[in-house]
Amino acid sequence: MAAGGSQTIVEEQADNLVEEQRALQARGTTDRAKEFKAAARRVSVFAAFLGFLALLYSAYRALGRALDHAQADWPIIGSFLPRSDDLAMPPIGDIVAGIGATQRGTGRPLGLLIAGEALSTLREAAIGFVVGAVLGLAIAIVLERSRLLERGLLPYVIGSQTIPLVAIAPIVVIWAPQSLDGLPWTWTGWMSVSIITTYLTFFPVAVNGLRGLQSPRPEDVELMRSYAAGWLPTLWRLRLPASLPYLFAAFKIAATISVVGAIVGEISGGVNGGLGRRILLEAQRYTTGPERLYVAVLGAAATGILVFLVISLLERLAIRGQKGVL
Amino acid sequence: MSSEPAAVTISGVSQVFNPGRPNEVRALDHIDLTVATGEFITLIGPSGCGKSTLLRLIAALLPLTGGEVKVNGKQADQARLDRDYGMAFQKAGLFDWRTVARNIELPLELMGWSKTDRRRRAREMLDLVKLGDFAGNRPAELSGGMQQRVAIARALSFSPSLLLMDEPFGALDEMTREHMQAELLRIWAETATTVVFVTHSIPEAVFLSSRVVVMSPRPGRVADIISVDLGTRQETTRESEAFFKKVTEVREALRAVERLS
Repeated sequence: MAAGGSQTIVEEQADNLVEEQRALQARGTTDRAKEFKAAARRVSVFAAFLGFLALLYSAYRALGRALDHAQADWPIIGSFLPRSDDLAMPPIGDIVAGIGATQRGTGRPLGLLIAGEALSTLREAAIGFVVGAVLGLAIAIVLERSRLLERGLLPYVIGSQTIPLVAIAPIVVIWAPQSLDGLPWTWTGWMSVSIITTYLTFFPVAVNGLRGLQSPRPEDVELMRSYAAGWLPTLWRLRLPASLPYLFAAFKIAATISVVGAIVGEISGGVNGGLGRRILLEAQRYTTGPERLYVAVLGAAATGILVFLVISLLERLAIRGQKGVL
Repeated sequence: MSSEPAAVTISGVSQVFNPGRPNEVRALDHIDLTVATGEFITLIGPSGCGKSTLLRLIAALLPLTGGEVKVNGKQADQARLDRDYGMAFQKAGLFDWRTVARNIELPLELMGWSKTDRRRRAREMLDLVKLGDFAGNRPAELSGGMQQRVAIARALSFSPSLLLMDEPFGALDEMTREHMQAELLRIWAETATTVVFVTHSIPEAVFLSSRVVVMSPRPGRVADIISVDLGTRQETTRESEAFFKKVTEVREALRAVERLS
């Protein structure tokens, strides 16, 4: 039969497709091992990068020293480049030693003290981040719901971020304990810093979240409508999952600026116990031990990197098999 | 025919977009069309003839501006709320954060089916579209034709009496497309579903349907309805004299439409 011929070709094609897909499936099981390898590679690349930075730092110091010697002959070049003496740029060895150096009065190494202070800053940042993320998402959901609200409110959401952080921090620190004394717990300084990090977090989450909630294709929305799905099921089963890559991009930004914001908030609000206070202190007594400020700054950087990694990990868990936007 | 209401009754439907504004468009003009229960009907016509608009009016995805659309004897919007129809689009429109099986379960979740019932039905539907091995795969891991089969399985998962399809095979290559057409006819025969199918392709319309509705553009009107009686379709049907004659007939009807506009 002539039909038999063409039918077989079609079926053969379908079989080939099935084979191809089976191979793809098999590949899935080795993905985990590959993922692990990729992670290991990223860690070693990062370590190499840190080593490279240290090398660059030391090389500049050496160059500066040579120029200092030559300064008598060429004063212009000597004073044009940033200073590189031990006070401005303590040797790497001093900085590393500074981590373990015992601090007068406490009897504990500086690294440990800073780790404790980082934890305190981390708490302010984390609480503010969580509250800000929830608030930002709530705002995004409300703005997605209504075009009118989006047009009316979005400018204020954006406008709120034009006020400089250093101006807000002292206001919050003074205002919060007085205005929030009706709360069932006593207000302490670090909570004011959490208000500041809330303020920093809600914005990227609201703006990116809104874009994410609006990201489903029109056919996807029509599909949900064809199932007679109302607003809430459409939000839960379509808009929210579709917005996850956008939300995590915002979470990464928000988490890192929460840490920076908490430190700045501590400094300008005069809140003790965190990295902000430590940085201020080490800056004040800089001349008697410049490496201590460097250690404090490294601690702040490590804290920022830590929260970024935590969010990235959560992202991998939340959106398996889905491509992220970052 | 029995006394039960027709699957779709369209009477005097005129659709106007942006009424009263400078960009007012009359998309459809006095459409009358009845689709019998169990029938496979295709809508064909040049771009802008309003065939997709007509499909969306049957689905009650657009507010109707004139006339009446009834599905299973009910107002179209009531039929939508009763989940009387399933829909498949040109893009498969699978949610890439869900596995293949969970995509098929989506409408069942919305209807409050229990987890075990959903699992069982998803498996049945995957067998129906011959994708039993891919329940746990992500849509992105499937070829275009396979994705479209999942979309059809999803549309049929809750056994709607009516299946609305908007150029579902438009993005597939020719061989896959012919394969999918045969599959769709097999599923149609097995499930006894009424199908309204929008397409650009003349051979596709002739191969699939018992009636081809030829539409004319600006404003969209029904120009001609061509009955196709080719019996049970086989791969040989595509090469038969009768098939070519019908293809020619539809092509000439479309040419006539183009001359008019």
